[in-house]
Amino acid sequence: MLTYTLRRLAFAVPTVLIISLVVFLMLDMAPGDPTSSLPLTIPMEIREEIRAALGLGEPVLIRYVKWLQMMVINEPLHMIAGATGWDIAPDGPRILSWQTRSPVGDIIVQRIPQTLWVVGLGYVFGILIALPIGVISAYRQYSWFDQVGTFVSMVGFSVPTFFTGVVFILIFSVWLGWFPSMYDTTLSVTDWDSFVRQVSQIVMPVAVLALYNASQISRFMRASMLDNLNQDYVRTARAKGMREQTVVMVHVLRNSMIPVVTVIAIGIPTVFTGAIITEQIFRVNGLGDALIRAIYASDWPMVQTITFIFAILIVFFNLIADVLYGILDPRIRYD
Amino acid sequence: MTDAAPAPAAEDIHDLRPPRNQWWDVWDQFKTHKGAMVGMIVFVSIILFVTVGPWLWSFDPGHIDIRSRNQGSSWTHPMGTDQLGRDILARMMYGGRVSVAVGMTAMLLGLLVGTLIGVLAGYFRALDAPLMRTTDLFLALPLLPLLLILVALFRDVLEGVFGQAMGVFVLIVVAIAITSWMQTARIVRGDVLALKEREFVLAARSIGTPSRRINTRHILPNVMSPIMVSATLGIASAIITESALSFLGLGFPPDFPTWGRILYDGRDWIEQYPARVVWPGVFISLTVLSVNYIGDGLRDALDPRIRGR
Repeated sequence: MLTYTLRRLAFAVPTVLIISLVVFLMLDMAPGDPTSSLPLTIPMEIREEIRAALGLGEPVLIRYVKWLQMMVINEPLHMIAGATGWDIAPDGPRILSWQTRSPVGDIIVQRIPQTLWVVGLGYVFGILIALPIGVISAYRQYSWFDQVGTFVSMVGFSVPTFFTGVVFILIFSVWLGWFPSMYDTTLSVTDWDSFVRQVSQIVMPVAVLALYNASQISRFMRASMLDNLNQDYVRTARAKGMREQTVVMVHVLRNSMIPVVTVIAIGIPTVFTGAIITEQIFRVNGLGDALIRAIYASDWPMVQTITFIFAILIVFFNLIADVLYGILDPRIRYD
Repeated sequence: MTDAAPAPAAEDIHDLRPPRNQWWDVWDQFKTHKGAMVGMIVFVSIILFVTVGPWLWSFDPGHIDIRSRNQGSSWTHPMGTDQLGRDILARMMYGGRVSVAVGMTAMLLGLLVGTLIGVLAGYFRALDAPLMRTTDLFLALPLLPLLLILVALFRDVLEGVFGQAMGVFVLIVVAIAITSWMQTARIVRGDVLALKEREFVLAARSIGTPSRRINTRHILPNVMSPIMVSATLGIASAIITESALSFLGLGFPPDFPTWGRILYDGRDWIEQYPARVVWPGVFISLTVLSVNYIGDGLRDALDPRIRGR
C-alpha cells in the first residue's frame, strides 16, 4: 500500500510542476503590460524601473522559479501565519494583485470560506440525495421510481446550472419572494434572526449545486449497484438465507460504493470550478467570483494564483481517489 | 442441370435474410429506445428551427425598432421583443445557429484530436507512454478557468486575424476542442490496444498492408461506436460550455446573439420580463437533453451484447 501511494505521489509532483509551468507561461505570454494602466505622464525611464521592480526584465525561467517559490512556499506560510498567529511568515516580496495592490494570498483567504460553505454544502447535500436514489433505482430497476429518478437525473444533468439558478431566482425570489436573490457576505451569524437570514440566502445556490451533483452521482450509484446486484456472491448470500436487507445494504452496497467513492473524490475539484457559474448567478463573492473579476481586470497574478489553486485541488483529489481506490479494492494495488 | 435440384435451395434462400449492413441492426435497436427516439425528434426539430427557421421568419435579429421595445408575445413577435425592440424569435433562431454550430464544430475537432491521439497511442507502442501522460496532464488541468483565460487572452489577437465574429468563433471552438478531447482519446486507445492483437489485423499485416491503411481500413471502423457515443456527449458539453462562456460575459460580442448571450442579457430584466431568460434556457436545456438521450440510445444500440435481445 505504501509503495502504491508513493508511486501515485511520484506522478502527482511532476504533474503539478508542469501545470504550474503551463499556467505561468500562458499568462506570461499574455498581451498587455502591468504599467499600461499607469498615467501616461510617467516617463519611459521610470516605467522601465517599475517594470524592473516588478521583475519583468529577467529571463523567463528565473521568473518562473521565483514565482513558484512565492506560490508554493511563501504564500502558504503567510496564510498559515495569518491563521494561527505563529511567526513563520518569511520576509521578501509577495504576489501582489494588480487590482488592489494587496497580497493575493490575503484576498484568497477572505474568499475561501464563502466558496467552501456554498460549494461544500451543495456537494454534501448532493451526495446525501444521490445515494439513496441510486440504490432504490437500481434495486427496483424499471419501476416507476426508477423511471422518474432516471428521467429527473437526466434532466438535472442536462440543464446547465446557469439556467437552473436563473429559474430558481425567478420562482423563489421574484414570484414567491421566499429567498433573496443575492448572497450577502457581510451578514454575520450572531443570533437566531441572522441565522435564519443566512440559511435563506444560502438555500438557492446550495440547491442548484446539490441538484446538479445529485443527478450525476445518482447515475453512477445506480449503474454501480446494477453491476453488483447480478453477481454470483449476491446469489450465494441469498442462498445462505441472509435477510434481503443485509444482502443489499451490506454486501452489495459496500462493493458498489468503491467506484462511487472515487467518483465523489474526483468530483470535488470540478465542483469548485463549476461553482464559478453558480457564484456569478447568486453574486457569492467566493473564489470563482474573484477569478472572473480578475480576468475582466487583466489582474494576471490573481488569475495565476487561483488557477494554480484549482489545479492543485484537482491533482490532490485525484491522488486521494487513487489511494482510496487502492484501499477499498486491493486488486488495484498490483498493476 | 436438372429441374429438381434448385427447389430445396430456393427455399433455403427464402429462409436466409438478404445480407444487411450492421448499421441497420443498430438502427433497429435504436428505434426501440423511446427516450432516444423522442430526443432524435426534438433534436431534428431544433436543427430545423435554427437552419430553416430564418428563411421562414423574415425578421432581422439585429433590427432595432425602439418603438416596439419590451413587448410581450403577440402574432408579430411570438416571443416578444427585447429592450431595443429586436425580435426575440429571430434572435433565438440566429443564436441557436451559432450555438449549434459551435457545438458541432468543437465536437468534430475534439473528436478528431482525441481519435488521432487515441489511435497513435494505442497502435504505436513507443508513443503510448508520452501521449497518455499528456492526456493525464490535460485531465488534471482546471478546464473552465483555463478556457476563460484562453478566451480573455487570445480574443483580441484572433479578432484581428479573422474579424470580430469569426475570430471569437474560431477561438471558442478551438478552446473547447483542446479541453475536451481527453475522454475520447482514452476510450479509443483502450479499444485500439485490444483490436490490434486480433487476427484480422495480423492477416492484414501479413499481406503487407502499411500501418496507415491498417488503421484507416481495419481499426478505425471498429472503434466507430465509442467514437459516436462520445460525439453525442461532446456536442452536449460543447453547447453547455459555449453558453457558460457567453453567460460569464466572455463569449460572443453582444450584437452577435447566441443562446447563452441572450440568457446573459435577459438576466438584467428577469423581474419585468422573465420570458427573456426562459426561452434561451429552455432551448439550451432541450438541445442538451435530447442529445444526451440520443447518446444513451446509441450506446445501447451499439453494444452488441444488448443488441438483438
